[in-house]
Amino acid sequence: MSIASDTITEKSGYKLHVVRTDKYKTNTLVLKMKAPLTKEDVTYRALLPYVLQSNTSKYPTTPELRSYLDDLYGAGFYVDVAKKGEYQIISFTIDIVNEKFLSDSTPLLEKAFGLLSEVIFNPKKNGEAFDSKTVSNEIRSLKQRIQSISDDKMRYSATRLVEEMCKNEPYALEASGNLQDLETITPESLFAYYKKMLSEDEIDLYVIGDIDGSEVEALADKYVSLQEREPVRLPRDTGKAVEKEKEIIENSDVKQGKLNIGYRTQVAYGDPDYYALQLFNGIFGGFSHSKLFINVREKASLAYYAASRLESHKGLLMVMAGIENANYKQALDIIHAQMKEMKQGNFSDEELAQTKAVVKNQLLETIDVSRGLVEILYHNVISGQDISLDEWFTKTERTTKEEIIAVGQKIQLDTIYFLTEAEVQG
Amino acid sequence: MEKIAFTQLKEELFHEKMDNGLEVYILPKSGFNKSFATFTTNYGSIDNHFKPLNETEFSKVPDGIAHFLEHKLFEKEDGDVFQQFSKQGASANAFTSFTRTAYLFSSTSDFERNLTTLIDFVQDPYFSEKTVEKEKGIIGQEINMYDDNSDWRLYFGTIANMYHQHPVKIDIAGTVESIAGITKDMLYECYNTFYHPSNMLLFVVGPVDVESTMKLIRDNQNDKEYNEQPAVERKFDEEPETVAKDKEVLRMNVQTPKVMLGIKAINVNQSGLQLLKRELATNIYLEMLFGKSSPLHEELYEEGLIDQSFSYDYTQEQGFGFALIGGDSAKPDELMESLFGILQKSKAGTGLNEESLQRTIKKKIGSFLRSLNSPEYIANQFTRYAFNDMNLFDVVSVLEKLTIEDIREVAKDLISDERMTVCQVLPK
Repeated sequence: MSIASDTITEKSGYKLHVVRTDKYKTNTLVLKMKAPLTKEDVTYRALLPYVLQSNTSKYPTTPELRSYLDDLYGAGFYVDVAKKGEYQIISFTIDIVNEKFLSDSTPLLEKAFGLLSEVIFNPKKNGEAFDSKTVSNEIRSLKQRIQSISDDKMRYSATRLVEEMCKNEPYALEASGNLQDLETITPESLFAYYKKMLSEDEIDLYVIGDIDGSEVEALADKYVSLQEREPVRLPRDTGKAVEKEKEIIENSDVKQGKLNIGYRTQVAYGDPDYYALQLFNGIFGGFSHSKLFINVREKASLAYYAASRLESHKGLLMVMAGIENANYKQALDIIHAQMKEMKQGNFSDEELAQTKAVVKNQLLETIDVSRGLVEILYHNVISGQDISLDEWFTKTERTTKEEIIAVGQKIQLDTIYFLTEAEVQG
Repeated sequence: MEKIAFTQLKEELFHEKMDNGLEVYILPKSGFNKSFATFTTNYGSIDNHFKPLNETEFSKVPDGIAHFLEHKLFEKEDGDVFQQFSKQGASANAFTSFTRTAYLFSSTSDFERNLTTLIDFVQDPYFSEKTVEKEKGIIGQEINMYDDNSDWRLYFGTIANMYHQHPVKIDIAGTVESIAGITKDMLYECYNTFYHPSNMLLFVVGPVDVESTMKLIRDNQNDKEYNEQPAVERKFDEEPETVAKDKEVLRMNVQTPKVMLGIKAINVNQSGLQLLKRELATNIYLEMLFGKSSPLHEELYEEGLIDQSFSYDYTQEQGFGFALIGGDSAKPDELMESLFGILQKSKAGTGLNEESLQRTIKKKIGSFLRSLNSPEYIANQFTRYAFNDMNLFDVVSVLEKLTIEDIREVAKDLISDERMTVCQVLPK
């Protein structure tokens, strides 16, 4: 078993994380930029990485930039914007073949650093503004992407639940921004935000592969230059206590009703009872041996998917199920009953052992993929913790049934959201 | 046991054919935590017309039965196999495609026990009327879930436009109506016909010991009794070369329209190297025209006809082959016209030059190597290739040999007005 860990070096303005492993045929660079999720900035941050990845000063059109990537043996280059807790995180990823698997032995890692640096620090611009054509193309593209989220009804109902449940909290904002703000963004205002982001964001660079630590550090020094900063760290906040449970039913022409339920757990990554919460979720709805799968799907035959997951930094537990419109009440009763069983400790030692084994398996599998490994390591950056994977495994293993029941007492139902075709009888 | 070495890729593959006909492959991967195994039968949604085991007449089975059988195989007299796997710290799954049904697990511990569970549950069916009825509700919800998904509707809408007869046009899960007629006897009949070891392939990848794993599989198979079984006879009706319908519009609750253009391929009864070359050459052709480094892609993007969702792909197996090109578009009709124009002009070589070919080949080699980071990709693709007499590890050498003439040939063979169709999903 190999449990990878990262060697972290403090650099001016960012942290460099190096993970050495020889299991991949590629080397991966991931640059992460983190800032609090705010109404003012959310759409800027959603748009910016797409503008940056379109072209650069050296490669002024997308075909030129992409042709260069093709020449580097089809280097993968992706951008992503995500919400983790109440932060909005922009990621740039370059995945490039390790030349030792090619007949051609041009050193590719340096080219990857050069490209990342070009994309982030040397955009195509006109004075203090981005290229206006690029910005208008990406505004249009982002608009369609935002619309397509609501075109996907499973995603739409999950999004609506969060909007309703976390009303007036930053977490209600979507990482992909919103249409109203998008209208107001100009090449100038976006450029101004870009400069702010470069000087204020908390930045982490991960380099993973069969690489040499000192070579990576030298490359980083050559290609990444940032000024010192004091990144904004939010106080730990798992949200407010539930005052009144909400039930929201909306109509849409869906063949299948989409049921989404949100609970507050008051527990986040880094808390001592986080491990117990993870196991609670696993026994309740995280897997195909869980109570939701067995009772909603296998026994009652009501759903194809019926599962739960955690938002580890905001402390939320979310249930999702696709059901016949008419089965709303029955499905809800079964889900409530399973939650009650959990809180009363009505689960066997076998279910617990099973869940520990699959949670561990899931973590080990995730770190087999370089981008998965980065996501796991990045939990520490988001939460300001320093938890090793070993610690994660050990604490999970040691968690007792009593601790799981105890964490269950903190869990409160907050909002039920149902997207359905017909009127529902209450 | 034979060993096949891929020196440049630094991989070694081990192969053995069991006495009962089962093909077994093991690819050791050190450094990984995860072991992954797939147990696949050469049987998918298109195999709905065949001679059942020991019968002399062809018969037709309900749409969606291969997928239904996949669901039901997990259930045993004493409970659910998912439970068994998770007790052993593994995560199990399965999928049904047009041509295959695959059962799989991944685990980071207890590998040999999980492998035994996989082989044994697939080789020991238990179907009862009661559990078959119960499954209809679950699969009914799976079908409804896909019905609400506009991308899925677009995909199947395009395929349905292309084919008059071929069962590839039928949704893999069938319909609520078609699965209503499925009985336990039908499931046994399909099982006995298609799940003989000689119609199956087992692929193992991960940090495993090759000798002991092969021995475990060999002993497991030798302990089970199988009679020799002839190859399954499948029947496909004559399929015209032209598309069944040149356009279809679906009205759904979406804000952004979606467009998919389908091109139906001819001469699709290929296998082996011939098929591998056709598939790779056609995908290179599409990449040269529509990839992000193509000036044509740039034009479509600048004109606002496409966005990041734009994609293209060519797939071919025994008896069917098609290219699909499309995505979200605010201007669905203009996009359709532009795509038709680009494809037509490519027949005269427009967009297909040597420089872009060499670059595209490099890109494809790189992305192939990247895929080899993924045990899932290796196991699934290797199996698909093997069922079509191709070798996954030939990809790089075939790519390296492609010439611009090969690509121009693809354009001439593939593009023809009467073999193109369009499906659109438009807002209500």
